[in-house]
Amino acid sequence: MKWLAPLLLAFVAQPLAAQEAAVTSPYADRQLEDPAQEAAARDLMHSLRCITCQSQSIADSDAPMAADMRSLVRERIAEGQSPDEIRDWLVERYGAYVTFEPELDTTTWPLFAGPLLILLAVGGLAWSRIRRKGRG
Amino acid sequence: MRKLFIWVPLVIFVAFAGLAIWALVAPPSRDIPSRLVGQQLPEFALDPQIAGRPGLSRADFRAGEARMINVFGSWCIPCRVENPQLVELARAGVPIDAVAVRDTPAQVQAFLAQYGDPFQRIGADPNGRFQVMLGSAGVPESFIVDGAGVIRYQHIGEIRPEQVPEIIEKWREASR
Repeated sequence: MKWLAPLLLAFVAQPLAAQEAAVTSPYADRQLEDPAQEAAARDLMHSLRCITCQSQSIADSDAPMAADMRSLVRERIAEGQSPDEIRDWLVERYGAYVTFEPELDTTTWPLFAGPLLILLAVGGLAWSRIRRKGRG
Repeated sequence: MRKLFIWVPLVIFVAFAGLAIWALVAPPSRDIPSRLVGQQLPEFALDPQIAGRPGLSRADFRAGEARMINVFGSWCIPCRVENPQLVELARAGVPIDAVAVRDTPAQVQAFLAQYGDPFQRIGADPNGRFQVMLGSAGVPESFIVDGAGVIRYQHIGEIRPEQVPEIIEKWREASR
């Protein structure tokens, strides 16, 4: 039974400890005064990936880090930076992982080229079949 | 030729199933490495996290010696697990500075008193701004910065006892 206490503790300690990481960023959950700026910030937040959680945007995540990143986005939009500038700044640090709108580059080109190639192949196949049918 | 073609769907299926099984059995690492490794440490200046210990700024990394930055939080369980290894590294001569993320002075004091205190400087990062600036994805993470201010190595997650020699080696490499 000696092993039981630490095991139980492991379940208890984590949520308690997580509460201690208090978010103090001013704009984590406060909207910007300018509706147009808030809309731009919100759009960007929905397309930025939370770094500590799986496949959630920072707009959707309750993680402290996502909250801090929301504030960062709002503060920079308020300072007059463009959404693309902010996205690029984050990509410089975290790579394409951080964005849900991947740029075309050496690792992502198959994503864009794949569907085109398949369409071309299928189109070519269909074309040749239709022509053959027409003749026969 | 036609006879060969009927196997195409099966080959595609097997390839896809194989890929799916491989991805399930051996999921790729979920680590998100910082793109700043190999680049200059950006400018920053952090206030002291606790009284009596200096904060941390970019200027502290121009002294011509390799130093380690440990990004941690007193609220972070793996950071507690890691602390003895940091104490060991400090004893081996590795200069370690810390950045406390989303923390309070009292809790950091308590953490250091309970688990050990290997840190020369402790900067405060109340809003996680430094963490993002460094491309750090969580706590704990450790960065080794060489004497020219270039980030040479990033360790993601807690440093386990068996990894201590490797970290010392990375620090020595950065010191050269």
